[in-house]
Amino acid sequence: MNAIYILWLRQLKRFIRKKASIVGAIGQPIIFLLAFGFGLSPVFAKAGAGNYIQFLAPGIIVMTVLFTSIFTGLEIIWDKQFGFLKETFVAPVPRYQILLGKVLGGATVAMAQGFLVFIITLFAGFRPVNWLSLPLAFLYIFLVAFLSSALGASIAARLEDMQGFPLIFNFVVQPLFYLSGAIFPLQNLPAALNFVTKINPFSYGVDGLRFAFSGVNIFSPFLSIAVLMGVSLIIIGFGVYQFKKVQL
Amino acid sequence: MIEVKNVVKKFGDFTAVDNISFKVNKGEIFAFLGPNGAGKTTSIKMLTTLLKPTSGEVFLNGHNVTENPDETRKSFGIVFQDPSLDNELTAYENMQFHAILYGVKKEVYKKRIVDLLKMVELYDRKDSFVKTFSGGMKRRLEIARGLLHHPTVLFLDEPTIGLDPQTRNHIWTYINELNKKEGVTIFFTTHHMEEVERIAKRVAIIDHGKILIDGTIEEIIKKAGKESLEDAFISLTGSTIRDEKANIGKNQMRINSKLMR
Ligand SMILES: Nc1ncnc2c1ncn2[C@@H]1O[C@H](COP(=O)(O)OP(=O)(O)O)[C@@H](O)[C@H]1O
Ligand SMILES: [Mg+2]
Repeated sequence: MNAIYILWLRQLKRFIRKKASIVGAIGQPIIFLLAFGFGLSPVFAKAGAGNYIQFLAPGIIVMTVLFTSIFTGLEIIWDKQFGFLKETFVAPVPRYQILLGKVLGGATVAMAQGFLVFIITLFAGFRPVNWLSLPLAFLYIFLVAFLSSALGASIAARLEDMQGFPLIFNFVVQPLFYLSGAIFPLQNLPAALNFVTKINPFSYGVDGLRFAFSGVNIFSPFLSIAVLMGVSLIIIGFGVYQFKKVQL
Repeated sequence: MIEVKNVVKKFGDFTAVDNISFKVNKGEIFAFLGPNGAGKTTSIKMLTTLLKPTSGEVFLNGHNVTENPDETRKSFGIVFQDPSLDNELTAYENMQFHAILYGVKKEVYKKRIVDLLKMVELYDRKDSFVKTFSGGMKRRLEIARGLLHHPTVLFLDEPTIGLDPQTRNHIWTYINELNKKEGVTIFFTTHHMEEVERIAKRVAIIDHGKILIDGTIEEIIKKAGKESLEDAFISLTGSTIRDEKANIGKNQMRINSKLMR
Protein backbone atom coordinates (compact mmCIF):
# COMPACT_ATOMS: atom_id res chain seq x y z
CA MET A 1 0.00 0.00 0.00
CA ASN A 2 2.79 2.38 0.96
CA ALA A 3 4.49 1.53 -2.31
CA ILE A 4 1.41 2.64 -4.25
CA TYR A 5 1.36 5.85 -2.23
CA ILE A 6 4.99 6.76 -2.83
CA LEU A 7 4.74 6.01 -6.56
CA TRP A 8 1.65 8.19 -6.73
CA LEU A 9 3.37 10.96 -4.78
CA ARG A 10 6.37 10.89 -7.09
CA GLN A 11 4.15 11.45 -10.15
CA LEU A 12 2.44 14.32 -8.43
CA LYS A 13 5.70 15.99 -7.46
CA ARG A 14 7.04 15.65 -10.97
CA PHE A 15 3.83 17.19 -12.32
CA ILE A 16 3.84 20.17 -9.97
CA ARG A 17 7.48 20.89 -10.71
CA LYS A 18 6.98 21.04 -14.45
CA LYS A 19 5.03 24.27 -14.76
CA ALA A 20 5.66 24.59 -18.48
CA SER A 21 4.00 21.29 -19.27
CA ILE A 22 0.95 22.17 -17.17
CA VAL A 23 0.39 25.21 -19.34
CA GLY A 24 1.38 23.28 -22.49
CA ALA A 25 -1.18 20.57 -21.89
CA ILE A 26 -4.11 22.98 -21.77
CA GLY A 27 -3.08 24.68 -25.02
CA GLN A 28 -4.70 22.16 -27.30
CA PRO A 29 -8.04 22.02 -25.45
CA ILE A 30 -8.25 25.81 -25.54
CA ILE A 31 -7.63 25.86 -29.28
CA PHE A 32 -10.28 23.19 -29.77
CA LEU A 33 -12.72 25.10 -27.66
CA LEU A 34 -12.16 28.32 -29.57
CA ALA A 35 -11.86 26.96 -33.10
CA PHE A 36 -14.49 24.21 -33.00
CA GLY A 37 -16.62 25.65 -30.25
CA PHE A 38 -17.16 29.03 -31.76
CA GLY A 39 -16.55 28.00 -35.37
CA LEU A 40 -19.14 25.26 -35.50
CA SER A 41 -21.68 26.87 -33.18
CA PRO A 42 -23.78 28.45 -35.95
CA VAL A 43 -23.93 25.23 -38.00
CA PHE A 44 -24.84 23.23 -34.94
CA ALA A 45 -27.57 25.65 -33.95
CA LYS A 46 -28.96 25.76 -37.49
CA ALA A 47 -29.18 21.95 -37.51
CA GLY A 48 -31.42 22.30 -34.49
CA ALA A 49 -28.94 20.53 -32.22
CA GLY A 50 -28.76 23.26 -29.62
CA ASN A 51 -25.80 25.05 -28.04
CA TYR A 52 -22.54 23.60 -29.34
CA ILE A 53 -20.31 24.85 -26.49
CA GLN A 54 -22.65 23.09 -24.12
CA PHE A 55 -22.24 19.93 -26.19
CA LEU A 56 -18.50 20.24 -26.76
CA ALA A 57 -17.23 21.12 -23.25
CA PRO A 58 -17.48 17.59 -21.77
CA GLY A 59 -15.73 16.29 -24.89
CA ILE A 60 -12.90 18.77 -24.46
CA ILE A 61 -12.50 17.80 -20.81
CA VAL A 62 -12.30 14.14 -21.80
CA MET A 63 -9.73 15.05 -24.44
CA THR A 64 -7.55 16.78 -21.87
CA VAL A 65 -7.79 13.87 -19.49
CA LEU A 66 -7.17 11.28 -22.19
CA PHE A 67 -4.12 12.98 -23.71
CA THR A 68 -2.55 13.85 -20.36
CA SER A 69 -3.07 10.35 -18.97
CA ILE A 70 -1.63 8.61 -21.97
CA PHE A 71 1.36 10.88 -21.84
CA THR A 72 2.02 10.29 -18.15
CA GLY A 73 1.66 6.58 -18.81
CA LEU A 74 4.28 6.81 -21.48
CA GLU A 75 6.67 8.50 -19.03
CA ILE A 76 7.55 4.95 -18.05
CA ILE A 77 9.65 4.90 -21.21
CA TRP A 78 11.69 7.81 -19.83
CA ASP A 79 12.11 5.97 -16.56
CA LYS A 80 13.43 3.05 -18.56
CA GLN A 81 15.89 5.15 -20.50
CA PHE A 82 17.15 7.09 -17.51
CA GLY A 83 17.45 3.90 -15.48
CA PHE A 84 14.94 4.73 -12.77
CA LEU A 85 12.66 1.86 -13.73
CA LYS A 86 15.39 -0.57 -12.61
CA GLU A 87 15.23 0.94 -9.13
CA THR A 88 11.47 0.40 -9.02
CA PHE A 89 11.54 -3.06 -10.58
CA VAL A 90 14.09 -4.68 -8.24
CA ALA A 91 12.16 -3.50 -5.18
CA PRO A 92 10.15 -6.14 -3.31
CA VAL A 93 6.88 -4.71 -4.60
CA PRO A 94 4.43 -6.81 -6.63
CA ARG A 95 4.11 -5.65 -10.23
CA TYR A 96 0.41 -4.89 -9.85
CA GLN A 97 1.20 -2.38 -7.08
CA ILE A 98 3.82 -0.65 -9.22
CA LEU A 99 1.30 -0.43 -12.05
CA LEU A 100 -1.47 0.84 -9.76
CA GLY A 101 0.80 3.49 -8.23
CA LYS A 102 1.77 4.74 -11.66
CA VAL A 103 -1.76 4.62 -13.00
CA LEU A 104 -3.25 6.42 -10.00
CA GLY A 105 -0.48 9.03 -10.19
CA GLY A 106 -1.10 9.59 -13.90
CA ALA A 107 -4.86 9.67 -13.33
CA THR A 108 -4.56 12.28 -10.57
CA VAL A 109 -2.38 14.49 -12.73
CA ALA A 110 -4.82 14.15 -15.63
CA MET A 111 -7.77 14.99 -13.38
CA ALA A 112 -6.01 18.15 -12.23
CA GLN A 113 -5.53 19.16 -15.86
CA GLY A 114 -9.12 18.24 -16.64
CA PHE A 115 -10.31 20.41 -13.78
CA LEU A 116 -8.29 23.36 -15.09
CA VAL A 117 -9.89 22.95 -18.50
CA PHE A 118 -13.33 22.65 -16.90
CA ILE A 119 -12.77 26.09 -15.35
CA ILE A 120 -11.74 27.41 -18.76
CA THR A 121 -14.89 26.04 -20.40
CA LEU A 122 -16.91 28.02 -17.85
CA PHE A 123 -15.30 31.17 -19.20
CA ALA A 124 -16.19 30.09 -22.73
CA GLY A 125 -19.84 30.02 -21.74
CA PHE A 126 -20.29 26.42 -20.64
CA ARG A 127 -22.82 25.95 -17.80
CA PRO A 128 -23.47 22.67 -15.98
CA VAL A 129 -27.23 22.33 -15.73
CA ASN A 130 -27.12 20.93 -12.24
CA TRP A 131 -24.17 21.81 -9.98
CA LEU A 132 -25.23 19.07 -7.59
CA SER A 133 -24.21 16.41 -10.04
CA LEU A 134 -20.63 17.69 -10.08
CA PRO A 135 -19.42 14.75 -7.93
CA LEU A 136 -20.90 12.39 -10.51
CA ALA A 137 -19.02 14.32 -13.21
CA PHE A 138 -15.79 13.83 -11.26
CA LEU A 139 -16.47 10.12 -11.01
CA TYR A 140 -16.67 9.90 -14.81
CA ILE A 141 -13.57 12.04 -15.19
CA PHE A 142 -11.72 9.78 -12.78
CA LEU A 143 -12.81 6.64 -14.61
CA VAL A 144 -11.68 8.07 -17.93
CA ALA A 145 -8.37 9.17 -16.37
CA PHE A 146 -7.79 5.78 -14.81
CA LEU A 147 -8.60 3.92 -18.01
CA SER A 148 -6.34 6.04 -20.20
CA SER A 149 -3.46 6.01 -17.69
CA ALA A 150 -3.67 2.24 -17.56
CA LEU A 151 -3.68 2.14 -21.35
CA GLY A 152 -0.62 4.41 -21.57
CA ALA A 153 1.34 2.45 -18.97
CA SER A 154 0.50 -0.90 -20.53
CA ILE A 155 1.59 0.24 -23.96
CA ALA A 156 4.77 1.82 -22.56
CA ALA A 157 5.81 -1.30 -20.65
CA ARG A 158 7.13 -3.01 -23.74
CA LEU A 159 8.39 -0.02 -25.73
CA GLU A 160 12.12 0.69 -25.73
CA ASP A 161 12.05 4.35 -26.68
CA MET A 162 9.83 7.29 -27.55
CA GLN A 163 10.11 6.63 -31.29
CA GLY A 164 6.85 4.71 -31.23
CA PHE A 165 5.07 7.62 -29.61
CA PRO A 166 3.78 9.41 -32.75
CA LEU A 167 2.51 6.08 -34.06
CA ILE A 168 0.57 5.42 -30.88
CA PHE A 169 -0.68 8.94 -30.64
CA ASN A 170 -1.89 9.15 -34.23
CA PHE A 171 -3.25 5.63 -34.63
CA VAL A 172 -4.56 4.86 -31.15
CA VAL A 173 -5.11 7.95 -29.04
CA GLN A 174 -6.44 10.38 -31.65
CA PRO A 175 -8.97 7.91 -33.12
CA LEU A 176 -10.16 7.03 -29.61
CA PHE A 177 -10.85 10.71 -29.08
CA TYR A 178 -12.39 11.61 -32.43
CA LEU A 179 -14.62 8.53 -32.43
CA SER A 180 -15.93 9.03 -28.91
CA GLY A 181 -18.74 11.46 -29.60
CA ALA A 182 -16.65 14.25 -28.12
CA ILE A 183 -17.09 16.59 -31.09
CA PHE A 184 -20.14 15.20 -32.91
CA PRO A 185 -23.28 13.44 -31.64
CA LEU A 186 -23.31 9.65 -31.94
CA GLN A 187 -26.79 9.53 -33.44
CA ASN A 188 -27.67 8.75 -37.08
CA LEU A 189 -24.14 7.72 -38.02
CA PRO A 190 -23.23 5.39 -40.92
CA ALA A 191 -23.28 1.77 -39.75
CA ALA A 192 -19.51 1.27 -39.67
CA LEU A 193 -18.90 4.47 -37.73
CA ASN A 194 -21.77 3.64 -35.43
CA PHE A 195 -20.19 0.27 -34.64
CA VAL A 196 -16.74 1.73 -33.97
CA THR A 197 -18.08 4.42 -31.66
CA LYS A 198 -20.12 1.85 -29.71
CA ILE A 199 -17.09 -0.34 -29.00
CA ASN A 200 -14.94 2.66 -28.05
CA PRO A 201 -14.95 2.81 -24.22
CA PHE A 202 -14.32 6.55 -24.29
CA SER A 203 -17.72 7.08 -25.94
CA TYR A 204 -19.17 5.97 -22.62
CA GLY A 205 -16.91 8.39 -20.74
CA VAL A 206 -17.98 11.34 -22.88
CA ASP A 207 -21.63 10.36 -22.73
CA GLY A 208 -21.54 9.83 -18.97
CA LEU A 209 -19.89 13.17 -18.41
CA ARG A 210 -22.40 14.89 -20.67
CA PHE A 211 -25.16 13.26 -18.63
CA ALA A 212 -23.64 14.46 -15.36
CA PHE A 213 -23.23 18.01 -16.62
CA SER A 214 -26.30 18.50 -18.81
CA GLY A 215 -28.61 15.55 -18.20
CA VAL A 216 -28.33 14.47 -21.85
CA ASN A 217 -27.34 10.90 -22.65
CA ILE A 218 -27.63 8.09 -25.17
CA PHE A 219 -26.26 5.27 -23.00
CA SER A 220 -27.54 4.43 -19.57
CA PRO A 221 -25.30 6.22 -17.01
CA PHE A 222 -24.85 2.91 -15.19
CA LEU A 223 -23.87 1.16 -18.38
CA SER A 224 -21.25 3.86 -18.92
CA ILE A 225 -19.77 3.34 -15.46
CA ALA A 226 -19.79 -0.42 -15.94
CA VAL A 227 -18.09 -0.21 -19.33
CA LEU A 228 -15.37 2.16 -18.07
CA MET A 229 -14.67 0.00 -15.03
CA GLY A 230 -14.79 -3.26 -16.94
CA VAL A 231 -12.41 -2.11 -19.66
CA SER A 232 -10.09 -0.62 -17.01
CA LEU A 233 -9.91 -3.97 -15.25
CA ILE A 234 -9.06 -5.76 -18.47
CA ILE A 235 -6.35 -3.26 -19.30
CA ILE A 236 -4.88 -3.41 -15.78
CA GLY A 237 -4.77 -7.20 -16.12
CA PHE A 238 -3.02 -6.87 -19.47
CA GLY A 239 -0.64 -4.23 -17.99
CA VAL A 240 0.37 -6.47 -15.09
CA TYR A 241 1.09 -9.25 -17.57
CA GLN A 242 3.20 -6.84 -19.62
CA PHE A 243 5.03 -5.56 -16.53
CA LYS A 244 5.95 -9.10 -15.54
CA LYS A 245 7.62 -9.64 -18.87
CA VAL A 246 9.76 -6.50 -18.82
CA GLN A 247 13.51 -7.17 -19.06
CA LEU A 248 15.82 -4.30 -18.24
CA MET B 1 23.36 -17.86 -0.16
CA ILE B 2 23.88 -17.44 -3.92
CA GLU B 3 24.03 -20.44 -6.20
CA VAL B 4 24.42 -20.22 -9.95
CA LYS B 5 24.15 -23.40 -12.04
CA ASN B 6 25.14 -23.55 -15.72
CA VAL B 7 23.71 -20.14 -16.51
CA VAL B 8 23.74 -18.94 -20.11
CA LYS B 9 22.52 -15.60 -21.44
CA LYS B 10 22.24 -14.96 -25.15
CA PHE B 11 21.29 -11.71 -26.84
CA GLY B 12 20.28 -12.92 -30.30
CA ASP B 13 23.13 -15.21 -31.29
CA PHE B 14 25.66 -13.38 -29.12
CA THR B 15 26.47 -15.23 -25.90
CA ALA B 16 27.09 -12.66 -23.17
CA VAL B 17 27.26 -15.19 -20.32
CA ASP B 18 28.49 -18.62 -21.25
CA ASN B 19 27.62 -21.45 -18.89
CA ILE B 20 28.80 -20.09 -15.55
CA SER B 21 28.42 -21.85 -12.21
CA PHE B 22 29.51 -20.68 -8.78
CA LYS B 23 28.46 -20.42 -5.15
CA VAL B 24 28.68 -17.61 -2.65
CA ASN B 25 28.36 -18.52 1.03
CA LYS B 26 26.40 -16.61 3.60
CA GLY B 27 28.31 -13.66 5.08
CA GLU B 28 31.02 -13.80 2.44
CA ILE B 29 32.47 -10.94 0.40
CA PHE B 30 32.68 -12.18 -3.16
CA ALA B 31 34.24 -10.32 -6.07
CA PHE B 32 33.53 -10.73 -9.76
CA LEU B 33 36.67 -9.54 -11.47
CA GLY B 34 36.75 -9.07 -15.21
CA PRO B 35 37.58 -6.65 -18.02
CA ASN B 36 34.95 -4.53 -19.75
CA GLY B 37 32.31 -6.51 -21.61
CA ALA B 38 33.13 -9.70 -19.71
CA GLY B 39 29.51 -10.29 -18.74
CA LYS B 40 29.57 -9.02 -15.14
CA THR B 41 26.56 -6.70 -15.39
CA THR B 42 24.56 -9.26 -17.35
CA SER B 43 25.26 -11.82 -14.62
CA ILE B 44 24.19 -9.41 -11.88
CA LYS B 45 20.99 -8.62 -13.75
CA MET B 46 20.15 -12.31 -13.89
CA LEU B 47 20.86 -12.65 -10.17
CA THR B 48 18.59 -9.72 -9.40
CA THR B 49 15.50 -10.69 -11.47
CA LEU B 50 15.97 -8.01 -14.13
CA LEU B 51 16.95 -10.44 -16.88
CA LYS B 52 15.86 -14.03 -17.46
CA PRO B 53 18.66 -16.50 -18.15
CA THR B 54 18.46 -18.25 -21.51
CA SER B 55 19.19 -21.47 -19.63
CA GLY B 56 20.45 -22.59 -16.25
CA GLU B 57 19.29 -21.90 -12.71
CA VAL B 58 19.91 -19.18 -10.14
CA PHE B 59 19.14 -19.47 -6.44
CA LEU B 60 19.30 -16.60 -4.00
CA ASN B 61 18.60 -16.97 -0.32
CA GLY B 62 16.92 -20.28 -1.08
CA HIS B 63 14.59 -18.86 -3.75
CA ASN B 64 14.65 -19.81 -7.38
CA VAL B 65 15.15 -16.37 -8.92
CA THR B 66 13.33 -17.05 -12.19
CA GLU B 67 10.39 -18.87 -10.68
CA ASN B 68 9.97 -16.78 -7.58
CA PRO B 69 11.09 -13.23 -8.35
CA ASP B 70 8.86 -11.51 -5.78
CA GLU B 71 10.29 -13.49 -2.85
CA THR B 72 13.83 -13.07 -4.16
CA ARG B 73 13.54 -9.29 -4.32
CA LYS B 74 12.98 -9.10 -0.58
CA SER B 75 16.44 -10.48 0.13
CA PHE B 76 18.79 -8.24 -1.78
CA GLY B 77 19.86 -4.68 -2.40
CA ILE B 78 21.69 -3.45 -5.47
CA VAL B 79 23.79 -0.56 -6.64
CA PHE B 80 23.61 -0.49 -10.44
CA GLN B 81 26.44 0.36 -12.75
CA ASP B 82 24.26 2.68 -14.86
CA PRO B 83 22.47 5.69 -13.37
CA SER B 84 19.15 4.90 -11.69
CA LEU B 85 18.15 8.06 -9.84
CA ASP B 86 15.15 10.32 -10.44
CA ASN B 87 16.70 13.61 -11.50
CA GLU B 88 13.50 15.54 -10.85
CA LEU B 89 13.52 14.60 -7.16
CA THR B 90 15.87 15.81 -4.44
CA ALA B 91 18.53 13.60 -2.87
CA TYR B 92 16.38 13.15 0.22
CA GLU B 93 13.30 12.31 -1.84
CA ASN B 94 15.21 9.67 -3.78
CA MET B 95 16.26 8.08 -0.49
CA GLN B 96 12.77 8.30 0.96
CA PHE B 97 11.23 6.78 -2.16
CA HIS B 98 13.57 3.81 -1.77
CA ALA B 99 12.92 3.43 1.95
CA ILE B 100 9.16 3.35 1.51
CA LEU B 101 9.35 1.04 -1.49
CA TYR B 102 11.37 -1.38 0.64
CA GLY B 103 9.03 -1.05 3.61
CA VAL B 104 11.59 0.51 5.98
CA LYS B 105 9.82 2.04 9.00
CA LYS B 106 9.72 5.81 9.27
CA GLU B 107 11.57 5.96 12.63
CA VAL B 108 14.31 3.81 11.10
CA TYR B 109 14.69 5.48 7.74
CA LYS B 110 14.69 9.04 9.05
CA LYS B 111 17.84 8.43 11.04
CA ARG B 112 19.44 6.11 8.55
CA ILE B 113 19.03 8.52 5.64
CA VAL B 114 20.79 11.23 7.66
CA ASP B 115 23.62 8.85 8.61
CA LEU B 116 24.12 7.59 5.09
CA LEU B 117 23.96 11.03 3.49
CA LYS B 118 26.59 12.16 5.97
CA MET B 119 28.76 9.19 5.14
CA VAL B 120 28.75 10.02 1.44
CA GLU B 121 29.09 13.72 2.28
CA LEU B 122 25.85 14.80 0.69
CA TYR B 123 23.96 15.79 3.80
CA ASP B 124 24.23 19.51 3.14
CA ARG B 125 22.86 18.90 -0.36
CA LYS B 126 19.96 16.71 0.72
CA ASP B 127 17.33 19.12 -0.58
CA SER B 128 18.98 19.80 -3.91
CA PHE B 129 17.59 18.26 -7.06
CA VAL B 130 19.61 15.34 -8.29
CA LYS B 131 19.81 16.93 -11.75
CA THR B 132 22.14 19.54 -10.25
CA PHE B 133 24.60 16.86 -9.03
CA SER B 134 27.91 15.90 -10.62
CA GLY B 135 28.49 12.31 -11.73
CA GLY B 136 30.46 11.52 -8.58
CA MET B 137 27.76 12.93 -6.32
CA LYS B 138 25.10 10.86 -8.06
CA ARG B 139 27.23 7.77 -7.60
CA ARG B 140 27.62 8.45 -3.89
CA LEU B 141 23.90 8.94 -3.53
CA GLU B 142 23.21 5.66 -5.29
CA ILE B 143 25.51 3.83 -2.95
CA ALA B 144 23.91 5.42 0.09
CA ARG B 145 20.54 4.40 -1.28
CA GLY B 146 21.63 0.80 -1.90
CA LEU B 147 22.64 0.49 1.76
CA LEU B 148 19.43 2.00 3.09
CA HIS B 149 17.33 -1.10 3.67
CA HIS B 150 20.06 -3.41 5.05
CA PRO B 151 19.49 -6.40 2.78
CA THR B 152 20.83 -9.93 3.39
CA VAL B 153 22.74 -9.79 0.11
CA LEU B 154 24.09 -6.62 -1.39
CA PHE B 155 25.06 -6.43 -5.07
CA LEU B 156 27.40 -3.68 -6.15
CA ASP B 157 28.14 -3.31 -9.85
CA GLU B 158 31.40 -1.37 -10.17
CA PRO B 159 30.37 0.79 -7.24
CA THR B 160 33.35 3.08 -6.99
CA ILE B 161 33.75 4.02 -10.64
CA GLY B 162 34.50 7.72 -11.01
CA LEU B 163 34.99 8.39 -7.30
CA ASP B 164 37.95 10.00 -5.57
CA PRO B 165 40.14 7.92 -3.24
CA GLN B 166 38.68 9.44 -0.04
CA THR B 167 35.12 8.55 -0.94
CA ARG B 168 36.16 5.10 -2.12
CA ASN B 169 37.82 4.57 1.19
CA HIS B 170 34.72 5.64 3.13
CA ILE B 171 32.49 3.44 1.10
CA TRP B 172 34.60 0.30 1.36
CA THR B 173 34.98 0.85 5.09
CA TYR B 174 31.22 1.13 5.45
CA ILE B 175 30.60 -1.95 3.32
CA ASN B 176 33.18 -3.90 5.27
CA GLU B 177 31.52 -2.93 8.53
CA LEU B 178 28.11 -3.85 7.19
CA ASN B 179 29.51 -7.27 6.38
CA LYS B 180 31.26 -7.74 9.73
CA LYS B 181 28.55 -6.31 11.99
CA GLU B 182 25.36 -7.37 10.25
CA GLY B 183 26.65 -10.35 8.31
CA VAL B 184 25.46 -8.95 4.97
CA THR B 185 26.70 -11.05 2.07
CA ILE B 186 28.46 -8.82 -0.45
CA PHE B 187 28.72 -9.53 -4.17
CA PHE B 188 30.57 -6.91 -6.14
CA THR B 189 32.05 -6.52 -9.60
CA THR B 190 35.11 -4.52 -10.45
CA HIS B 191 38.12 -4.35 -12.65
CA HIS B 192 40.29 -2.90 -9.87
CA MET B 193 42.69 -5.39 -8.34
CA GLU B 194 43.29 -3.36 -5.20
CA GLU B 195 39.60 -3.32 -4.28
CA VAL B 196 39.50 -7.08 -4.59
CA GLU B 197 42.66 -7.53 -2.53
CA ARG B 198 41.38 -5.16 0.09
CA ILE B 199 38.07 -6.72 0.99
CA ALA B 200 37.13 -9.80 -1.02
CA LYS B 201 37.28 -13.20 0.59
CA ARG B 202 36.74 -15.08 -2.62
CA VAL B 203 37.04 -14.08 -6.25
CA ALA B 204 35.90 -15.30 -9.64
CA ILE B 205 37.70 -14.03 -12.71
CA ILE B 206 35.35 -13.75 -15.68
CA ASP B 207 36.06 -12.97 -19.31
CA HIS B 208 34.07 -13.40 -22.53
CA GLY B 209 31.17 -14.68 -20.44
CA LYS B 210 33.17 -17.55 -18.92
CA ILE B 211 34.50 -17.97 -15.41
CA LEU B 212 38.19 -18.68 -15.89
CA ILE B 213 39.10 -19.38 -12.29
CA ASP B 214 37.67 -18.93 -8.82
CA GLY B 215 38.76 -19.29 -5.20
CA THR B 216 40.48 -17.22 -2.55
CA ILE B 217 43.12 -14.77 -3.70
CA GLU B 218 45.90 -17.11 -2.54
CA GLU B 219 44.34 -20.05 -4.35
CA ILE B 220 44.07 -18.08 -7.57
CA ILE B 221 47.66 -16.90 -7.42
CA LYS B 222 48.76 -20.46 -6.75
CA LYS B 223 46.63 -22.03 -9.48
CA ALA B 224 47.83 -19.52 -12.03
CA GLY B 225 51.43 -19.93 -10.86
CA LYS B 226 52.01 -16.19 -10.55
CA GLU B 227 53.33 -13.69 -8.01
CA SER B 228 50.25 -11.52 -7.55
CA LEU B 229 46.54 -11.28 -8.34
CA GLU B 230 47.31 -8.73 -11.03
CA ASP B 231 49.77 -11.04 -12.79
CA ALA B 232 47.28 -13.87 -12.55
CA PHE B 233 44.53 -11.66 -13.97
CA ILE B 234 46.62 -10.47 -16.90
CA SER B 235 47.91 -13.92 -17.73
CA LEU B 236 44.37 -15.30 -17.70
CA THR B 237 42.58 -12.55 -19.60
CA GLY B 238 45.41 -11.55 -21.95
CA SER B 239 46.81 -8.08 -22.36
CA THR B 240 44.60 -6.78 -25.17
CA ILE B 241 42.95 -3.51 -24.26
CA ARG B 242 39.17 -3.68 -24.09
CA ASP B 243 37.00 -1.04 -25.62
CA GLU B 244 35.51 1.08 -22.85
CA LYS B 245 32.38 1.43 -24.95
CA ALA B 246 31.63 -2.26 -24.73
CA ASN B 247 30.96 -1.60 -21.11
CA ILE B 248 28.40 1.10 -21.63
CA GLY B 249 24.89 -0.30 -21.52
CA LYS B 250 22.57 0.12 -24.46
CA ASN B 251 20.46 2.57 -22.52
CA GLN B 252 23.39 4.67 -21.46
CA MET B 253 24.50 4.89 -25.05
CA ARG B 254 21.07 6.11 -26.06
CA ILE B 255 21.05 8.74 -23.34
CA ASN B 256 24.50 9.89 -24.35
CA SER B 257 23.54 10.24 -27.98
CA LYS B 258 20.44 12.16 -26.92
CA LEU B 259 22.44 14.54 -24.79
CA MET B 260 24.89 15.15 -27.57
CA ARG B 261 22.23 15.98 -30.12
N1 LIG C 1 20.74 -5.85 -23.90
C1 LIG C 1 21.83 -6.28 -24.58
N2 LIG C 1 21.72 -6.58 -25.89
C2 LIG C 1 22.81 -7.02 -26.59
N3 LIG C 1 24.04 -7.17 -26.07
C3 LIG C 1 24.21 -6.88 -24.77
C4 LIG C 1 23.12 -6.40 -23.95
N4 LIG C 1 23.58 -6.19 -22.70
C5 LIG C 1 24.90 -6.51 -22.73
N5 LIG C 1 25.29 -6.92 -23.97
C6 LIG C 1 26.64 -7.36 -24.37
O1 LIG C 1 27.03 -8.41 -23.51
C7 LIG C 1 28.40 -8.32 -23.18
C8 LIG C 1 28.59 -8.30 -21.69
O2 LIG C 1 28.13 -7.05 -21.19
P1 LIG C 1 28.17 -6.68 -19.66
O3 LIG C 1 27.55 -7.76 -18.90
O4 LIG C 1 27.58 -5.33 -19.54
O5 LIG C 1 29.74 -6.61 -19.37
P2 LIG C 1 30.53 -6.04 -18.11
O6 LIG C 1 29.53 -5.59 -17.11
O7 LIG C 1 31.37 -7.17 -17.63
O8 LIG C 1 31.39 -4.93 -18.60
C9 LIG C 1 28.94 -7.09 -23.88
O9 LIG C 1 29.56 -7.46 -25.06
C10 LIG C 1 27.68 -6.28 -24.15
O10 LIG C 1 27.84 -5.47 -25.29
MG1 LIG D 1 29.24 -3.82 -16.32
